[in-house]
Amino acid sequence: MEKKIKVLIAKPGLDGHDRGAKVVSRALRDAGMEVIYTGIRQTPEQIVATAIQEDVDSIGLSCLSGAHNKLFPKVVNLLREKGAGDVLVFGGGIIPDEDIQGLKDAGIAEIFLPGASTETTIAFIKEHVK
Amino acid sequence: MEDLVDGLLSGKVRSLAKAITVVENDRPGKRELLTRIYPKTGNAYLLGITGPPGAGKSTLTDKVIASLRRQGKTVGVIAVDPSSPFSGGAILGDRIRMQQHALDEGVFIRSMATRSHLGGLAKNTVDVIHLLDAAGKDVIIVETVGVGQDEVDIVRIAQTTVVVMVPGLGDSVQIAKAGVMEIADVFAINKADRDGADKLYSEIRAMLDMVKGTIKPEVFRTVAVDDVGIEELVQGIFAHGARVEASGLIEKKRAQKAESELRAYIVDNIMERSTGLAVYDEVVKRVAAKEITPMDGVEALFAGLGMTNKES
Amino acid sequence: MSCTDKKARLAERQTQWQGMVDKALSRFPERKEVFTTTSGIEMKRLFGPADVDAVDYLEDVGFPGEFPFTRGVQPTMYRGRFWTMRQYAGFGSARQTNERYRYLLGQGQTGLSVAFDLPTQIGYDSDMELADGEVGKVGVAIDSLADMEILFDQIALDQVSTSMTINAPAAVLLAMYIAVAEKQGVSSDKLRGTIQNDVLKEYFARGTYIFPPQPSMKIITDIFSYCKDNLPNWNTISISGYHIREAGSSAVQEVAFTLADGLAYVGAAIKSGLDVDDFAKRLSFFFNVHNNFLEEVAKFRAARRLWARLMKERFGAKKAASMMMRFHTQTAGCSLTAQQPDNNVVRVTMQALAAVLGGTNSLHTNSRDEALCLPTEDSVRIALRTQQIIAHESGVADTIDPLAGSYMVESMTSEIEAKALAYIKKIDDLGGVVKAIEAGFMQQEIGDSAYAYQKSVETGDQVIVGVNKFTVQEAPPTNLLRIKQEMEIEQRKSLAAVKAGRDAAAVSNSLKTLRQVAESGDNLMPAIVAAVKTYATLGEVCGVLREVFGEYIES
Repeated sequence: MEKKIKVLIAKPGLDGHDRGAKVVSRALRDAGMEVIYTGIRQTPEQIVATAIQEDVDSIGLSCLSGAHNKLFPKVVNLLREKGAGDVLVFGGGIIPDEDIQGLKDAGIAEIFLPGASTETTIAFIKEHVK
Repeated sequence: MEDLVDGLLSGKVRSLAKAITVVENDRPGKRELLTRIYPKTGNAYLLGITGPPGAGKSTLTDKVIASLRRQGKTVGVIAVDPSSPFSGGAILGDRIRMQQHALDEGVFIRSMATRSHLGGLAKNTVDVIHLLDAAGKDVIIVETVGVGQDEVDIVRIAQTTVVVMVPGLGDSVQIAKAGVMEIADVFAINKADRDGADKLYSEIRAMLDMVKGTIKPEVFRTVAVDDVGIEELVQGIFAHGARVEASGLIEKKRAQKAESELRAYIVDNIMERSTGLAVYDEVVKRVAAKEITPMDGVEALFAGLGMTNKES
Repeated sequence: MSCTDKKARLAERQTQWQGMVDKALSRFPERKEVFTTTSGIEMKRLFGPADVDAVDYLEDVGFPGEFPFTRGVQPTMYRGRFWTMRQYAGFGSARQTNERYRYLLGQGQTGLSVAFDLPTQIGYDSDMELADGEVGKVGVAIDSLADMEILFDQIALDQVSTSMTINAPAAVLLAMYIAVAEKQGVSSDKLRGTIQNDVLKEYFARGTYIFPPQPSMKIITDIFSYCKDNLPNWNTISISGYHIREAGSSAVQEVAFTLADGLAYVGAAIKSGLDVDDFAKRLSFFFNVHNNFLEEVAKFRAARRLWARLMKERFGAKKAASMMMRFHTQTAGCSLTAQQPDNNVVRVTMQALAAVLGGTNSLHTNSRDEALCLPTEDSVRIALRTQQIIAHESGVADTIDPLAGSYMVESMTSEIEAKALAYIKKIDDLGGVVKAIEAGFMQQEIGDSAYAYQKSVETGDQVIVGVNKFTVQEAPPTNLLRIKQEMEIEQRKSLAAVKAGRDAAAVSNSLKTLRQVAESGDNLMPAIVAAVKTYATLGEVCGVLREVFGEYIES
């Protein structure tokens, strides 16, 4: 059987704007992926524990509150600590250009900004998940 | 594979998760993995939670987990959600309601999509149950919508199956239609603070009165969102298990369980052998064209696979 | 000429015209086969008298200030006074935000609108673990009365009206506002303003809930009751469609779900023993205004008419003020693009104009850079100037409801009203809003609309200028307003200082009393006011309520 790509879509932090996360979840489902959606207000610890139990190939983080610089790297670091550094992490939200390089240096593979198409996200995951 | 087995048996979360992926995707090494861990299985209490969409199964499961944890039991959860028939993808959202347990090392939750292939769900779920069992979980909960033979097979394997009902979803029709009377060991009327809960209660009781012989299922009222009635329900679950154990029915239940497990494998095995073969496609075509009946189709298929059928 | 003759002639001419159209179509097909609005309402090629056949002027449109208020809630509308120009603002510390407020008031703004940061909105103090990285980010951080005193420093609370976007902990922030006013020597009956206090939409559109629906509704009706006696000029709730639209709903869904929430609040208040005509005049609403200009104008007119009818028919409201829908409008944040951000000025202008033509009572215009970050002072000024130009230069405010009588607008108004009412009936069938939330109904409907919209943008069916058409290579934007990380540390320090300097026994006693009141089911407001005056923190007060009421888990 063809292996299904499994993705965790998670919202770290306190903002409740889940429109983007939900739209991306649906788009990934329609691209044939299995999406775990864990709802809003998840701590990095919860996200990483979930990713490990579900053995996902990738994690998509959505944050619109401006707390991305703190929360996204924390997720990557925790994954590495737990021996799951191979999980592909990408992010989206209202993220200033000047923060993107720092996030990439911290191990976030890609950042999708407002206006990015879901097609781009899908193509990215398919290309990078081994 | 060696590492995976050792890790799983010593309780490593990541090994268990990886092993499940191997099993769920029929990856190489699956047979060996299952063979290795099989002797370590048989200790967990298997609990099925089923009911129609909107009955509040996930919330109920969440509270049952909490109750079991208070008793010091470790818990494994398999939350099954349907795959999209169009894309084959799925959104697995049952976990949302269980995230309070995400950091509890005594709880392991895994979401599974029904995927499309026949029989596969039941068989894969059985395999995952074995893995959780071998990893030492005291109680394993399988939460499913309970539609279709596949899912009925899953709950049949359970020691105790809880059927969750909710007032106002068509009630008695719902009970009869779902055909759940035969699989329910315990009923939970969830959202019992709503109008119609009393009516549903008496309807269930009335139907149970018509069932003869076996152990009568108990009916509990819960309001899972408010954590009401959960302790009683959990007690009722184990009381059911104890009664089966004490009664002469245990042998029958065991046989039933083995049969269900076996059936899951049989269906999957045959499907796996057939799918993609020319003879299978041919039979499908002929049945579709109404040249032969599905019954004849099975015989033709078995003949094509070199299997003897019961007529000959 | 008799009426029948006129109709017959009209039909004949219509057929003739259709012939011309067919001929034109055979040579030049139209841009699309069907034109629809966001709500799936067909935009016909031409609207005419037949489309408003069912509209009765006196019954359905009427005069401004009269039932069913389709043309507006005041008899003279903007000829007397313009709408309130109210820019939502708040970021960083109370001190920084106070400076921005005084700047805005100096620039001619007529009301304040407070944005709180997320920890404040969810009832956590800045020093709590979950607040990590969020302090001061999307609004101002308020931990205790000390911060609130700084926030309104040198702003006379009897001279401004203040709107606070606060929901689950609304009672606590209102209590702090009352306490600050008292220190300024302003009695609470002089206070004018609004708290959002609309928790229902938090469960399905915005996400800053704390408690489960039951106790949340109880807190809300406590506030209604307290304000009726103590803050007669305070708008006790702002029933909000804004965030429902931001979450991806259509215009019809925005109206339907907002009004359904409104019905739930009114029902709960009546059940708690209040008389509808005693509290309904203090209900206010809050809508979004999006790009589809004519649909948006019709939306506002339809919402006013439907609310008036529902209040009269369902609750037997007798006073005109109880049926009158007064609302604030904000231009659509989700319509702003990060690409070519200056284009947003144009979008906001168009949206603001629709809100004014729809008869809004107050307005916030978004700043061009909000898809990128918090707005800079320059951007905020342009946004405010946009409103001032519409008010003073466009002339649209000089006559009331100028689009009334347009075949298209009247037809669309009726259509939106009918479709919204159908949704409300569906929610009734599900057992009301709370049950519908539990069943995920609104979440699903909004999710469907949001996904359909996203797909239409990706296929290019919906053009977004600068995003999927007319794009250019751009240099990354500069000069963005950032909240420095040090702010969080500073805020924690000042919170620690407040905690060290207060009367610990008074705090613990006030919290003990609060717990008793919460458990007894009595009105919470007096105990909360007493607690914040001892400098008990927001997190401490909400902590007690969390313990008594429990917390909501997303479904």
